[in-house]
Amino acid sequence: MAASMQKISSHICQLCKRRYLTFKHKRSSSNLKSKPWKSVVGLEIHAQINTESKLFSGAENKFGGPTNTQVSLFDAAFPGTLPVLNKGCVEAGVLTALALRCTVNKVSKFDRKHYFYADLPAGYQITQQRQPLAVKGHVDYCISDKNSFETKTANITQIQLEQDSGKSLHDEKDRISLIDLNRCGTGLMEIVTEPDFSDGTDASAFVKELQKILQTIKTCDCKMEEGSLRVDANISVHKLGEPLGIRTEVKNLNSIKSVSKAISFEVKRQIELLENGGIVENETRSFDTEIDETVPMRDKEVKTDYRFMPEPNLPPLHLFDSESVKTVSSKMSVINIDDIQQKLPPLPEDTRKRLEQQYSLKRRDVAVLVDNSGLVDYFEDVMRLSPTTSAKLVSNFIINQLLGVLNDRKLTIYKCPVKTEDFGKLIDLLHTEEISYSTSCKVLDEMFEHPNIAPKDIVDQKDWRQISDTQILTNICEKVLEEHPKLISKYRKGKLKYLHTLVNKAVIDSNNKANPRILKQIMEDLLDNK
Amino acid sequence: MSLTKLTCRLWLQRVSRIKKGFCSKVPKTPIWEELDNTKIPNVPQIDQEMINHLERVSLVEFNNQAGIERLSKAIESANKLHMVNTDGIEPMESVLEDRMLYLREDKVTDGKCKQEVLSNAVKTIEDYFVAPPGNIPLKTKERDYGSNSNGS
Repeated sequence: MAASMQKISSHICQLCKRRYLTFKHKRSSSNLKSKPWKSVVGLEIHAQINTESKLFSGAENKFGGPTNTQVSLFDAAFPGTLPVLNKGCVEAGVLTALALRCTVNKVSKFDRKHYFYADLPAGYQITQQRQPLAVKGHVDYCISDKNSFETKTANITQIQLEQDSGKSLHDEKDRISLIDLNRCGTGLMEIVTEPDFSDGTDASAFVKELQKILQTIKTCDCKMEEGSLRVDANISVHKLGEPLGIRTEVKNLNSIKSVSKAISFEVKRQIELLENGGIVENETRSFDTEIDETVPMRDKEVKTDYRFMPEPNLPPLHLFDSESVKTVSSKMSVINIDDIQQKLPPLPEDTRKRLEQQYSLKRRDVAVLVDNSGLVDYFEDVMRLSPTTSAKLVSNFIINQLLGVLNDRKLTIYKCPVKTEDFGKLIDLLHTEEISYSTSCKVLDEMFEHPNIAPKDIVDQKDWRQISDTQILTNICEKVLEEHPKLISKYRKGKLKYLHTLVNKAVIDSNNKANPRILKQIMEDLLDNK
Repeated sequence: MSLTKLTCRLWLQRVSRIKKGFCSKVPKTPIWEELDNTKIPNVPQIDQEMINHLERVSLVEFNNQAGIERLSKAIESANKLHMVNTDGIEPMESVLEDRMLYLREDKVTDGKCKQEVLSNAVKTIEDYFVAPPGNIPLKTKERDYGSNSNGS
């Protein structure tokens, strides 16, 4: 009964005169409209492997070399040349697979994927279609905005090793493409995810986490602006409870912002198209960063026939574990997965969990520390040198003050002139209420100017020490109260905000040196007892 | 000369010894089996659209009657393979599949041969290969950067 009745009609596109079939569900359209749209996004990420040489040739693998100089005869597909697999690329692939909690295939195979394009001289790309390097992994990542903070898990379908293509520069005016083969043959890890993302923000948060992981394990430098990490997004929309819609692929997103914007735009475009009775075409689009819109590519081929076939020049790649490695006589071409597992450093999520537990910090704060490279080391160094300091205060001060000052001065944490030891002492002064919070910010500024003077000396020199002596503070309060009898009566009438006014006046009277917490307490006591 | 004769004789001896020692799986004379033609899949009708597609993906031109006939024969011949029973047999892709794949150390040993790489190019501009225009994004509105300069 539930099977939806379909009414088939057709319409002719005004632009291309093509006839489209439209399927109209008999269930009333009002019913359809009431259900919310749901968008589904899956990603394919190409990460260039951070090696000296290319995947199958000994040519140099470096960004920005002179045109066509980092090309071997194999890369240019000269007849008779053969691929020789780079051990470094396989090790990097395995390390990445382990970091993304994948199952590494003990035997993986190489295939040829054929297509004709000027930046692919061989006419095919060597990739791993049938039996990839690794399958079935997962990554935890955080999505945060002003109001919410959420940890999600994305599933990795597979990781495969493959060749990068050359680069084309399109000269539209002269109708030619200029080809540089320097990038041709560079090792890539293609990381394919399940369609687990709900929108642009979600997908870009995952890419950010992946970037951090790959940078931590140093298998890819992830410079999206240089193209060493590129994202393709498969996007479709459907009504809740119905099968997935027809998807489009947006190719070559080369910044985190583009990932987020392109997906948001494409989702909006598809929903508008469908609501106006249109049909989403299965096509490849690209993202135009100047107008923030996705646009179709010029060639709309029928379904591309890649004619996959086993790569005849490369036997299968065998990997070993500590058990199976004993059966091999020659250790030369052997890669032991267990050895690589040992080399896996703590990943960003591991660091987050550890900081949360070890210092009882809030997850949101921990995320900020981990997000900015070098910050965790700085934080931990401060804690190591002054273990009695409040970790919460240290992390807050780093996030809310130190980062800001560094940004203003266009410095990175690695170039921060304030030594971690002095930073800890500053936090101690703040913690023991010897200086106020606002003073501590001023002291931090001074420390940037004069990194050799201890924070305590700065406070003494500038006479910024906070007054916490109750006798002195009581005197100040009494004086203020004497001068402002009107405010007292207003306060007594129930206008509590005048307490604040009185406290402020007292603070000013003390040349901003009074401890506001104690001052407020005294003021309250005086008002209530008089 | 005598040395050649000797090695030749030794080799023949070895061959005959091997022949005695092993029993070859390959039959000594060809065996013909009649195939039931009704069980072999039919050769599909090859239309112009299919020919165009195949020509494009193979970069081989066979768009004439002889070419179509040759293609039909090839399909007919290949279709006979459907009669071979391959149940439960893992396909072999390479006779080397049990061998270790040689892995190269990650070192720069090649490249820096721009002259040779570009030697076959018909046309180059500033060390780039020159190719026909590729698959580039279709712009919704043609952003004409020249329009402003035209006005001025």
